[in-house]
Amino acid sequence: MLGKLSWSAIPFSQPIPLIAAGGVGLALFAVLGWITVKGHWPYLWKEWITSADHKRIGVMYVLLGLVMLLRGFVDAIMMRTQQASAIGHAQGYLPPEHYDQIFSAHGTIMIFFGAMPVIIGLMNFVVPLQLGVRDVAFPTLNSTSFWLTAAGALLVNMSLVIGEFARTGWLPYAPLSETTYSPGVGVDYYVWAIQISGVGTLMSGINLVTTILKLRAPGMGYLRMPMFCWTALGANMLIVAAFPILTATLAMLTLDRYLGFHFFTNEAGGNMMMFVNLIWAWGHPEVYILILPAFGIFSEIFSTFSSKPLFGYRSMVAATLFIVVVSFTVWLHHFFTMGAGGDVNAAFGIATSIIAVGTGVKIYNWLFTMVGGRLRFPTPMLWSLAFMMTFVIGGMTGVLLAVPPADFMLHNSMFLVAHFHNVINSGVVFGAFAGITYWFPKAFGFRLDEYWGKMAFCLTLAGFLIVFGALYVLGLEGMTRRLQHIDFTEWAPWLYVSVAGIGVMILGVASQIVQIVVSIRNREALRDETGDPWDGRSLEWATSSPPPAFNFAVLPKVHGEEPYWTIKRQAIESQGLADEPPYEAIEMPRNSATGVVTAFFATLIGFSMIWMIWWLAALGFVGAYATFVVFAWRDEEEKEIPAEEVARIDRARRAARSKWLEENREQPA
Amino acid sequence: MTAHAQDPYRIGRGGGADSTTGRGEGGPASKRTTVGYGFWIYLLSDIILFSGFFAAYAVLARQTAGGPSSHDLFGQERVAIETAALLLSSFTCGLAGVAAEKRKLVPALAWLLATGVLGAVFLGLELIEFAEMIGMGAGPQRSAFLSAFFGLVGLHGLHIAVGLLWLGTMMAQLWVKGFRPQVLRRLMCFTLFWHALDIVWVGIFTMVYLMGVAP
Ligand code: HEM
Ligand SMILES: [Cu+2]
Repeated sequence: MLGKLSWSAIPFSQPIPLIAAGGVGLALFAVLGWITVKGHWPYLWKEWITSADHKRIGVMYVLLGLVMLLRGFVDAIMMRTQQASAIGHAQGYLPPEHYDQIFSAHGTIMIFFGAMPVIIGLMNFVVPLQLGVRDVAFPTLNSTSFWLTAAGALLVNMSLVIGEFARTGWLPYAPLSETTYSPGVGVDYYVWAIQISGVGTLMSGINLVTTILKLRAPGMGYLRMPMFCWTALGANMLIVAAFPILTATLAMLTLDRYLGFHFFTNEAGGNMMMFVNLIWAWGHPEVYILILPAFGIFSEIFSTFSSKPLFGYRSMVAATLFIVVVSFTVWLHHFFTMGAGGDVNAAFGIATSIIAVGTGVKIYNWLFTMVGGRLRFPTPMLWSLAFMMTFVIGGMTGVLLAVPPADFMLHNSMFLVAHFHNVINSGVVFGAFAGITYWFPKAFGFRLDEYWGKMAFCLTLAGFLIVFGALYVLGLEGMTRRLQHIDFTEWAPWLYVSVAGIGVMILGVASQIVQIVVSIRNREALRDETGDPWDGRSLEWATSSPPPAFNFAVLPKVHGEEPYWTIKRQAIESQGLADEPPYEAIEMPRNSATGVVTAFFATLIGFSMIWMIWWLAALGFVGAYATFVVFAWRDEEEKEIPAEEVARIDRARRAARSKWLEENREQPA
Repeated sequence: MTAHAQDPYRIGRGGGADSTTGRGEGGPASKRTTVGYGFWIYLLSDIILFSGFFAAYAVLARQTAGGPSSHDLFGQERVAIETAALLLSSFTCGLAGVAAEKRKLVPALAWLLATGVLGAVFLGLELIEFAEMIGMGAGPQRSAFLSAFFGLVGLHGLHIAVGLLWLGTMMAQLWVKGFRPQVLRRLMCFTLFWHALDIVWVGIFTMVYLMGVAP
């Protein structure tokens, strides 16, 4: 009746996951209880859960990502402390089978459910605003994408209490991940969680590519799009081109595991190196899916806070597209040791080093953007500067790893671990934090507290340098990755250093939480009435904060590269806003429960497939199909916002702008 | 202000600051264009999904592990009928699109029904082939070659099955609601989908069935 599921799936004998899960469960129940008591459900359901508004969905994506980043961070703390407490005779507190689950869960959660949602959320929120349009191309699909990602995250977290997670690393290399060597449900949790959220990611990629290429304000030609839109386009094209490979690879692994196929097995002619090739044919583009939007965020920030247009805009566009293409030609650098031969390794090594050229172009452009600018240094700018200085180190160690003979020594060492954490932390994570602090006032109408923001910045940066500096050294001293126990006591000092570093990072994370709490408390003092708190240059700053559901009362007309800057200059020079436009009624997409309901059935399917509860899985498929039919049968996709309402909202915005103009009359720039 | 004239940011920005480049000057595209375009991009991603399985087949085609090889298994006759049915269904699907353009309900439904029947014939023949192979001990567990075969051809069959489900739902919609823009957009996507599956099948037919029996 319940497949493989029985009471033995709950790890009663292991206190750590049980207590952790108990804590998470308790917190969850507390939040749900609070919502119920306060009667917030109708509001949440109407305004958020079923919302098709790209801004709301973007915020939910970021929130999900931040919560998951915290969860992954807890895993990181456990790994650092375990290694530091398991040197020589000491055994630490995590047995091998548990430690293996933790490093696997850490990577999986950080990449798929932490970094990806934050980045996709920022793109979702910002891109339509920057393009000067009202929503993404397919709003209901957008909501479905988000909820499918959430469903995947839920499944991964369920594995904490019901059963186990994979012990194979964040990419389940075959044949270790085959049933022969991983008979438990761990790999199945991985596969179903990633497949479900992967479908969500693919759909959001299709959605954003279509949005950027087909929905832009009148006059916004390709070479007038803000840089962030360009990098978002690049990243989403990579999603469309790379995620199906991941889906195919994991589908093959699933067939191997469930139906005894032989794609990657040791027996019957299966080819395990095919798994490694396929997974990295997705995996390398994936790292650029994460980093390209971050490059875009930094571009926006450097330009805004240097009070200058981005230097070398066109070369930046070219570099982005160059990276998009070349990122598909380097995957073999992840396994030079496979033994493909000197010429193949050399070709891939050279291609890999060439990618760094594209990145180098960008670094110089950012530097020249700052040259001669009027620089300001609020928190987003600090993250960006730290990115520029530390990312270069990560890039250089990457190029070092791209030299096959060197890689034979360094492959799978702590040096590799330090390399990719170097680029991902200083690139993607700093980029995410920069973007969140930069656009937070746009989303909520008030800024984040600067004092705590700077505190978080300093502590995080210091912690990050200490932790991964130590790991670089350990790697050069020969320590390999994923060790549950350390035999060489010589490594102890550096392991202690990295634990100290993670202590500093904990303080950084705490400051960030304090920052949010303090900012919400002081929101009246931090309020931004104008919608343009940073003296911005692109269209998202042209509307109010938070923007109305329809973003722009009238679609802006674009005549150059920095449309909002032009509008603003004109207003300042003529000391008045442009004439009030004629307002018209606006059609906006209706709310839809399709997304959550689909995700509910997807979770059901995933869970029952993991535990082989076939009837429940069948039920899930029927439910998903029924949802599709109900959705297809809907008569009205859109609701109308009457012209008077549009006029009322836009007049309020214009009043705030006029007031700002009045106040800034003395100091025309 | 001319102070910016010597500013390095001018380098590489081109001269004509006001020349409009790229498309989209007219603002957002129509819903029909957007939907069609988005669906094309989905189809591209779907073709990449197939290419993963094609690649696996190419790698594993010779790994028969002492079991039957493509020479022993693939007859031409049934595949020829399958192919004919599928190609014909693409044709009828196109006719359904034409009828829908002219807003002729009964012909449109009839052609869609013909498409569905031909698709079902294809799928039925494929399932018979699978059943026979499994019956003679040439199932997907036998060897990596057969795993790749069942994976690739099965994925295509799965697409056809989902397409039939979609087709049925859409016919019901057309029947009940008539030619509304929404339904017409879906019909456009369905035709694209169906033609794409045809193209994939041509690939499978060539790579699996023709090259499989080539000496
Ligand atoms: C300057 C450009 C870069 C170069 C030349 C480069 C080079 C490399 C090489 C050669 C490896 C394989 C090393 C080995 O396994 O022995 C590697 C691993 C990796 N890199 Fe980079 N990299 C670059 C940028 C990045 C960026 C921007 C990211 C992420 C945002 C990234 C993330 C990773 C990850 C996640 C791994 C390996 C993960 C694993 O094995 O589990 N790299 N890199
Ligand atoms: Cu790579």
